[in-house]
Amino acid sequence: MLLASPACSSQLAASGLALLLALAAFGIFAARRPLGGRLVYAACMLLCSGLAGVALSALLAPHARLEPIEIPLGLPLGRTLLGFDPLSAAFAVIINVATAIVSGYAIGYGAHAREPLRVVPFYPAFIAGMNLVLLAQDAFSFLIGWEFMSLASWALVVSEHGSAENRRAALVYLIMATGGALTLLLAFGLLAGPEGGYAFEAIRRSSAPGVGAIVLVLALVGAGSKAGLVPLHAWLPLAHPAAPSHVSALMSGVMTKVAVYGFVRLVFDLAGPPSWWWSVPVLVIAGITALLGVLYALMEHDLKRLLAYHTVENIGIIFIGLGLALAFEATGLRVAAALALTAAIFHVFNHSLFKSLLFMGSGAVLNATGERDMEHLGGLIHRMPVTALAFLAGCIAISALPPFNGFVSEWLTFQAILVSPQLPQWVPRLLVPAIGATLACSAALAAACFVKAFGMTFLGRPRCAAATTARETDYWSRSAMLTLAALCLLAGILPGLVIDALDPLTQMLVGAQLAPQAAQPWLRIVPIDPARSAYNGALVFVLILIAAAATAFAVRRFASHALRRSPAWDCGFPDASPATQYTAGSFAQPIRRVFGSVVFRAREHVEMPKPGETSAAKFRVDLHDTIWEALYLPVIRGVNATADRLNQLQFLTIRTYLSLVFAALVLLLVVVGAWR
Amino acid sequence: MMLAWLTQLAQTALVLALAPLLSGVTRKIRARLLRRQGPSIVQPYRDLLKLIRKETVIAENASWLFRAAPYVVFATTWVAAALVPTFATGLTLSASADLIVIVALLGTARFLLALAGLDVGTSFGGIGSSREMMFASLAEPAMLMSVFTLSLFAGSTELSSISAYMLGPNAGLSISLALALVALVIVSLGENARIPVDNPATHLELTMVHEAMILEYSGRHLAVIELAASLKLLLYLSLIACVFIPWGTTLAGDGALAYAIGLGAYAAKLAALAFFLVLFETAIAKMRVFRVPEFLGVALMLGLLGTIMLFVSRVRG
Repeated sequence: MLLASPACSSQLAASGLALLLALAAFGIFAARRPLGGRLVYAACMLLCSGLAGVALSALLAPHARLEPIEIPLGLPLGRTLLGFDPLSAAFAVIINVATAIVSGYAIGYGAHAREPLRVVPFYPAFIAGMNLVLLAQDAFSFLIGWEFMSLASWALVVSEHGSAENRRAALVYLIMATGGALTLLLAFGLLAGPEGGYAFEAIRRSSAPGVGAIVLVLALVGAGSKAGLVPLHAWLPLAHPAAPSHVSALMSGVMTKVAVYGFVRLVFDLAGPPSWWWSVPVLVIAGITALLGVLYALMEHDLKRLLAYHTVENIGIIFIGLGLALAFEATGLRVAAALALTAAIFHVFNHSLFKSLLFMGSGAVLNATGERDMEHLGGLIHRMPVTALAFLAGCIAISALPPFNGFVSEWLTFQAILVSPQLPQWVPRLLVPAIGATLACSAALAAACFVKAFGMTFLGRPRCAAATTARETDYWSRSAMLTLAALCLLAGILPGLVIDALDPLTQMLVGAQLAPQAAQPWLRIVPIDPARSAYNGALVFVLILIAAAATAFAVRRFASHALRRSPAWDCGFPDASPATQYTAGSFAQPIRRVFGSVVFRAREHVEMPKPGETSAAKFRVDLHDTIWEALYLPVIRGVNATADRLNQLQFLTIRTYLSLVFAALVLLLVVVGAWR
Repeated sequence: MMLAWLTQLAQTALVLALAPLLSGVTRKIRARLLRRQGPSIVQPYRDLLKLIRKETVIAENASWLFRAAPYVVFATTWVAAALVPTFATGLTLSASADLIVIVALLGTARFLLALAGLDVGTSFGGIGSSREMMFASLAEPAMLMSVFTLSLFAGSTELSSISAYMLGPNAGLSISLALALVALVIVSLGENARIPVDNPATHLELTMVHEAMILEYSGRHLAVIELAASLKLLLYLSLIACVFIPWGTTLAGDGALAYAIGLGAYAAKLAALAFFLVLFETAIAKMRVFRVPEFLGVALMLGLLGTIMLFVSRVRG
């Protein structure tokens, strides 16, 4: 597209990376002035658009393999190789498109940062880290990029360090990120084997037998914790909302995709041919993740945390696709594997669009009202019509409703589920329908969740003073949100373009690709066979438009035009107080009763005053974060207890220390002696 | 090709024209079963006419979403209804939108209607939206599970193909199909606000879900929503008819006589299904709201069971 020769795309991408790093350094000086911050964000936007273009040209290049370039920098043990292959190019397009638009939003939104110096320099560094992960063609650069990404985003999470909640979030994030990186380090170490060929090319050639399964587990832990797979998701709803909203958009919408990339790279590309049972843990974890993620989101009243929890659900959906692809690939059903993989990566793309959009919308709301709690918002559709429209588009898209893009990837996942009776093994055959039901259930719950999110924030009557005086957000933010909303719709009505663009990726990873969708008449998509299933997003969209327009015309032509505004009817008992409206808590109450009594051990307590007393009645709901209590609290307690014990070591006399050192030495010598 | 488009157009118009009649017929049967005279079967048409002639009153703080929602809800429901074969299979649009799309289109309509219920900020709108979404969180997966069963059975998710398959020689009795039918019937009751789940005739606040959601609507907006609701009922009955009682449906390439038979058969099927629907409704009491999830959960489990049985029993290349 932009470039004739794909060989130079690696050079261009590497120089883009260098420019981003330079921009981070420049940010230290620029952040002191408001204009400087804007300049940095604008430069990020341009650089990311450029990187997206370069990656797209690399993805669509006819050559299957692109030569990486070697950078003379790096560690003595290995060479630093940077470059694109179809997998990293596809992810680079996805990530840089969303990042470019989020940076455009940040031009307007970033001006509200209280301490820009804590945000502006780290923002390009964060983007550079993510791009380095994608560009890396050897394990060292990959891990350096991964850590860079983690640390830069950690710095952004802790940028509003005033509140104890944010500091705690940052701590939890740091611990989880460290643990995740450690497992990835182990995974690469195992893959490289004793010879230590750390370039991906060398790893692919040397596939050591028996390592694959361990790598799968390590990748599930390492990449999964970054992506937010249950039960390693705990940091995500803490850290994502703590950052400024444009960074939240990047962390939730984009960084989780880098984690998915890490998983795909390790398991599909490097770990060698999969066994069928690999799909079982992936599918089980993914199903649980999807369902629990959306249930957590439904129970949440903080808009940004709701969105963060919902990311967990979407990661589950993505991993369902990946798990199916593993099962198919292991059994040699290559086209089906390509279908499942396409569905997963399409959802990666979709989620990067709508989750960024929704976080940007929540940032606009936060900025206009100072509120993240939906119980205090309401009626913003009147005050912020453009934000409301864009947010609504995001809500419909994320709820997997046609004609938007979320539906297409979910539809493809369903189609992949429907070809899985071809699997010869019994375990996946019994498992896959249950996963399908879980997926369907979480899609329906997602719709409920986003009726709540949109309804409580933008509809109804304002529940606090700030919401009555809110003002529409700035030009840059509005344009960015509308762009993403338009992209969500476009990807929904022209899904064939996305599917075709992913062909090199599926060809590289599973050795097959779907039939070219561009050849289909009328812009429809056909995953496998037109007699089996087809979907035409454009036609459905046009039909809805025609039907709505025809109805509106008929009504205009034949119906009475009289329209009167009057107080709400409400069965004859309207109440002026906004407190009589349904709240986020009451909206979720039926679902909490149905699903929450098991998952969250939800209990409702009503304390009625005795007759004659004038005290207020009280209603209290107890919710338990079962996973946190069952998995994390024991660990935290254990660490604290150990730390307390070890604390005593700091108050010993010099003689005791000397004897301890001596004892340790003797012990080590004995161990070494026994080893030999 | 031309004929297929004509059939498609005819069905699209037919569902719209028939939908109020179906509501009228169900009300009439219900009234007769309750030994009442009941209104004429064309009463819903008169109601619609009356509504569109009336002044529309909307709440002071209603937003553009409140005013736009009825049209989008109606449009998506209509498109979904046009995708279900009524008297003839081989619909042109079937090749561009399958059964999963139909379910999702109804989901879009529900999503917007639930938002419209929240728009004015009244407690009734909220209660309706909240409960509707809770029901949907079980009904939609149950529906999808029945869809899975049918698709696995017929090897296609396209409704025209499924319907044609059911007419063909390969279809036979199967436990999975029976389970899917039961699940689908339960979902239809829930989604159309029929009696054990909701009461379409009531305006008693605490028993209503769908009616509470649209409480603030009046005049032409209400007319459009009512029409969409009757279209949805027609859609579900047509769906059950074309899959489980496919006999008489015109196949692509049949002669003119076949179309006449198809139309007659379709009318007979609808009447029979409406009769059984009302018979069931009059024989059963409305459930408490928190019994409904169990009822719909049964549908979900039956649908899942049907799908799993097919997954286990099918060994296909």
